[in-house]
Amino acid sequence: MEYFNYLLDQISITYNLLASGWGLQLIWGIGWTLAVTAVSMLIGAVFGTLVAAAKLSGRGPLKFVGEAYTTVFRGEPELLIIYLFYYGGTQLLTGAARSTDTIGSTDVLNMPSFLGGVLAVGIISGAYQAEVYRGSFLAIMRGELEAARAYGMSAFTRLRLVIVPQVLRLAVPGLGNVWQLTIKDSALISVTGVVELMLSANKAARSTHHSLLFYALAGALYLVMTSISTPIFNKAERYTSRSFVRPK
Amino acid sequence: MDTDFYLSTIWSVLKALPLTLEIWFFGVAIGLFLACCLTWMRASGFKLGSLFAQAYVFVFRGSPLLVQIYLIYFGLSQFDFVRNSPIIWPVLRDPMYCTIMAMAMNTAAYSSEIFRGALRAVPAGPIEAAKAFGMPALTRFRLIILPMALRLALPAYSTEIILMTKATALASVVTIMEMMGVAQKIQHDTFRPIEVLTCAGLIYLALNFSIARLFVMVEYLLSPHLRPALEQSQQIKPVPEVL
Repeated sequence: MEYFNYLLDQISITYNLLASGWGLQLIWGIGWTLAVTAVSMLIGAVFGTLVAAAKLSGRGPLKFVGEAYTTVFRGEPELLIIYLFYYGGTQLLTGAARSTDTIGSTDVLNMPSFLGGVLAVGIISGAYQAEVYRGSFLAIMRGELEAARAYGMSAFTRLRLVIVPQVLRLAVPGLGNVWQLTIKDSALISVTGVVELMLSANKAARSTHHSLLFYALAGALYLVMTSISTPIFNKAERYTSRSFVRPK
Repeated sequence: MDTDFYLSTIWSVLKALPLTLEIWFFGVAIGLFLACCLTWMRASGFKLGSLFAQAYVFVFRGSPLLVQIYLIYFGLSQFDFVRNSPIIWPVLRDPMYCTIMAMAMNTAAYSSEIFRGALRAVPAGPIEAAKAFGMPALTRFRLIILPMALRLALPAYSTEIILMTKATALASVVTIMEMMGVAQKIQHDTFRPIEVLTCAGLIYLALNFSIARLFVMVEYLLSPHLRPALEQSQQIKPVPEVL
């Protein structure tokens, strides 16, 4: 009975904490985390496509640039890349603004934290996406590409009608993995001051001294986000490969 | 080009390399042990153990490592009994132990999935043959299953180890002065983040590259049967197809 009362107390404390505004802040945090992840995925898609094309081009310098991109951005700690874009961006912006006398010689022009974080996470995500796209391209049947060429399709038509639809279909499972990775990476951009889920949980924990509750809640919410995306990507995979029914 | 600045930065960051390697080593070693326990639970066929392992993997793979570090370092110290305990508090008070613990528990989840996959990928033929020879279960595991599973797990496991090297940088957010922490301090002192972080990045890249090479070497040692054939003169002549 005593334990039951304790439990009830805890529940009412939790409810009061969440109702006093921290719950809403966590929900905003989820929104920002999803926004950061989505924008990063899009940036990553652009970089990933270009890098995959560079790696597949087979030309010396281009291929080297592609290899270097994927090696560097998959081999460096994510935190370092985020700091590099955020603080490095601040350094560049400040330098440029000071030299053009837009700001005083002692002022600092900060990199917008959302932009810096999203660029960093997006470029990391791009390195992983590049590998996914490259793998999918290599999995397209050679014969189809040759047939398209034999029909006299131009390079752009070939891209539009043969390569892109198939690469997208084959890339869905891989992209699902990258999406999960990007959600988890997005937690790191809290260090630049973007109030996504991690930082809002952090703030709540620091100001209420209920750190276990808020960090556990944040962890659980990340868990919800990553586990919800699994069936969504499974469904996308079934949809995109609906014309390729495997024999049972 | 300010060569002196680069050299001194690289030198200061390198001085923190032992600490980074310490976190890395203990995280990976404890994680390996936990992963083996989890894999065993999952493979044993014991319902409750298998369920626990599944839940563990789901939780630790689904949330960011940063949350896990914060949860262990800041979260657990909220309890009075933790702070008053003479055994638990000295451990949980230290950010170093907390980071190592979080990393070990995190990597255990990913590694146990890799090991499980490797165990399942061992072909049934050799196992059946071993059973037919009357090998006891332990010998079968030691001589047949383990060597094959080890080779199958190695490529994915090396990726996981490299992810762990990258994860050591997170220790800097809980005040540990490993390489990332030192780089951050220099960057705040000098206001030259691009140069400083590039230097630190080069060291991380070199570290990861060496670890990757090491694993390629181990893989080479473990798979003599997959190496290219001997030179022509040393090869046994194929039987001519006259029949």
